[in-house]
Amino acid sequence: MSRLDVRKTYKLYIGGAFPRSESGHTYEVVDTAGRFLANAAKASRKDARDAVGAARKAFGGWSGRTPYNRGQILYRVAEMIEGRHDQFTADVVAAEGLTKVQASKVVDAAIDRWVWYAGWADKLAQVTGNANQVAGPFFNLSSPEPTGVVAVVAPSDDSLLGLVSVVAPAIVSGNTVVVVTSYDRPLPAITLSEVLATSDLPGGVVNVLTGDSAELGPWLAGHLDVNALDLTGVDDPAVAADLEAEAAVNLKRVLRPSDPDWTADPSISRMSAFLETKTVWHPVGV
Amino acid sequence: MADHAVPPTPLEYAPAPESRSIVDLEPSYGLFIDGAFTEGTDGGTFKTVNPATEEVLAEVTEATPADVDLAVAAARRAFRGWSRMPGRERAKYLYRIARIIAERSRELAVLESLDNGKPIKESRDVDVPLVSQWFFYYAGWADKLSYAGAGSNPRPLGVAAQVIPWNFPLLMLSWKIAPALAAGNTVVLKPAETTPLTALLFAEICQQADLPPGVVNIVTGAGDTGQALVSHPDVDKVAFTGSTDVGRSIARAVAGTEKRLTLELGGKAANIVFDDAPMDQAIEGIVSGIFFNQGHVCCAGSRLLVQENVFDEVMERLKRRMATLRVGDPLDKNTDIGAINSREQLQRITELAEVGDAEGAERWSPPCELPSSGFWYAPTVFTGVTQAHRIAREEIFGPVLSVLTFRTPDEAVAKANNTPYGLSAGVWTEKGSRILAMADRLRAGVVWANTFNKFDPASPFGGYKESGYGREGGKQGLAAYLQEGETT
Repeated sequence: MSRLDVRKTYKLYIGGAFPRSESGHTYEVVDTAGRFLANAAKASRKDARDAVGAARKAFGGWSGRTPYNRGQILYRVAEMIEGRHDQFTADVVAAEGLTKVQASKVVDAAIDRWVWYAGWADKLAQVTGNANQVAGPFFNLSSPEPTGVVAVVAPSDDSLLGLVSVVAPAIVSGNTVVVVTSYDRPLPAITLSEVLATSDLPGGVVNVLTGDSAELGPWLAGHLDVNALDLTGVDDPAVAADLEAEAAVNLKRVLRPSDPDWTADPSISRMSAFLETKTVWHPVGV
Repeated sequence: MADHAVPPTPLEYAPAPESRSIVDLEPSYGLFIDGAFTEGTDGGTFKTVNPATEEVLAEVTEATPADVDLAVAAARRAFRGWSRMPGRERAKYLYRIARIIAERSRELAVLESLDNGKPIKESRDVDVPLVSQWFFYYAGWADKLSYAGAGSNPRPLGVAAQVIPWNFPLLMLSWKIAPALAAGNTVVLKPAETTPLTALLFAEICQQADLPPGVVNIVTGAGDTGQALVSHPDVDKVAFTGSTDVGRSIARAVAGTEKRLTLELGGKAANIVFDDAPMDQAIEGIVSGIFFNQGHVCCAGSRLLVQENVFDEVMERLKRRMATLRVGDPLDKNTDIGAINSREQLQRITELAEVGDAEGAERWSPPCELPSSGFWYAPTVFTGVTQAHRIAREEIFGPVLSVLTFRTPDEAVAKANNTPYGLSAGVWTEKGSRILAMADRLRAGVVWANTFNKFDPASPFGGYKESGYGREGGKQGLAAYLQEGETT
């Protein structure tokens, strides 16, 4: 007699904990052939608000860490994804209907991408900051700083590599993130939450909401404690336009939707989209 | 609080007016489109006045949406040639413009003071030299774009729609036009309705420099003209400096389009004075922080945070210094504080200051006689201000300082950051480690330590939070006009 599998009911990942949706709602996740995979929590408006609160709370500590320390923690996350390679591969197979070999390559790419971003932590200021030679006796230095709380709509198709490619660049510089995962393919994101929870990443730095981005998007775009909005995963241009317009309420920085080739080498643009430049002046020789 | 003594008789100076004869004012001005001055399509005009005397300086054309169409079309036609011109050639045009500005600096300074009301010593010694410097700095970037941080093969964005405010009419023009042109974009710029004249003189300078027609277009008008420009379907980039509310509406207007956007908006900067501050410099810094340019500065140090144990000393010295400020004729070389730019602005300042009275803050101004015509406001300081007061929260955009106190660095940081704005901040202390720690924790795009209100084309300027996004100045300011090129 074959063994009966243990079916999972997943929860959200907010502030380092795994709460159920406050609404009590869940939805069924199926594979590309329509077979039941798991129940996922369907995040509500209250969950989104809690996630933003957790991200805000975590911002001071995370942005205040040394870049070297952030780089180490991101690298540790990559180690742990590597450790769960098989599970991620199975998630990607189920979510995206790839073969095991194809999915394994996606997981490899996601780990490599995470490692690439980890290495940027203590180099961003060297590449995007500068000493300014002003016409007067002043020390004048511009350095990048994180923008704050970034709300991200993750790509809907590329559920692991796409997700990693939008989350890692936002947090490596010290931002904290609320990410709405692919609605149909949330399992890689949920597994990633489990990795993040047991790595050294402080709770609240990444908050993962499984659910409907069409529902959650406007609340995040209009939230006054969100500083930036990444619309990469919004597929409908009209919806994206509405969210961008809503984001003007507190002049959020908006990264517009795009459909990048996630397998291509990234540039630093996803990091610099969520950086501010701070310029400090001081007299010299007085 | 003690009643601080004020010298009974301020020093008297003989008048030292700069002559306005160097400026040839035309009775009326057209729009500058495609390299030529043209009348508007419907002939509507408005008047620009000297805020110090209410004298009408000239009539200026009110550009309609049809005029904006023509200007954008001219910029679009010119873009092809300008963007393909080798960078070293574009550079030479910008160098030419920088030189002509320097040559004509006195004329520009006088005209700026006439139209804006700012003291000639500021337009002459700050604005116009910086304007020339801005073109000179970005001229040198035109043939070095691959080093600007937009990849190895960056391209211009296209036609830039630029809307600038009245507080630094010519300086804001240079902040907008110089990087745009260096990067290979063409521009349509709308100066503020109360200060259009130096932009029109700049148009003449473009002609004098033989700048190809259409590369720079200037359309004059008010809010409707600006709206027609930023929402024009054929512009690729919008750059705006002005109020946060207008910035918000522009952000909404460009939502869902391909247009790139940079915004330089309002501020409510904290100028933080610790008890070990170099006090002479700090008092000068407080004064220049809030009274430079009549306080018409988005990064003005309008919230003074003084450590509690030196509050009495700071206030006494500040008041003594304020009593020596000379308010009056902008063209007089001794004038420190000129005219408020418009009747509307004077009314806004007056109203907000009255709110300060009503909310229980204590107002003080030095004895000072204001001219009988024109728009004037005496330098003013409010003490007893709390974070809840509107004068501590809202941008007054005038010579009005609100003073709060703090005890610890943590409290100073908390109060400084307690605003939706994040443009600038000041820190005054002799302790280097404290400067660095404060600079680290202040959420502001520019932190001036033991100095204030310094600007330079090589130095990025711009805000956090609701003070807008993007930076002007430096390579960051250039990158705002570039996109990464297709990989080859």
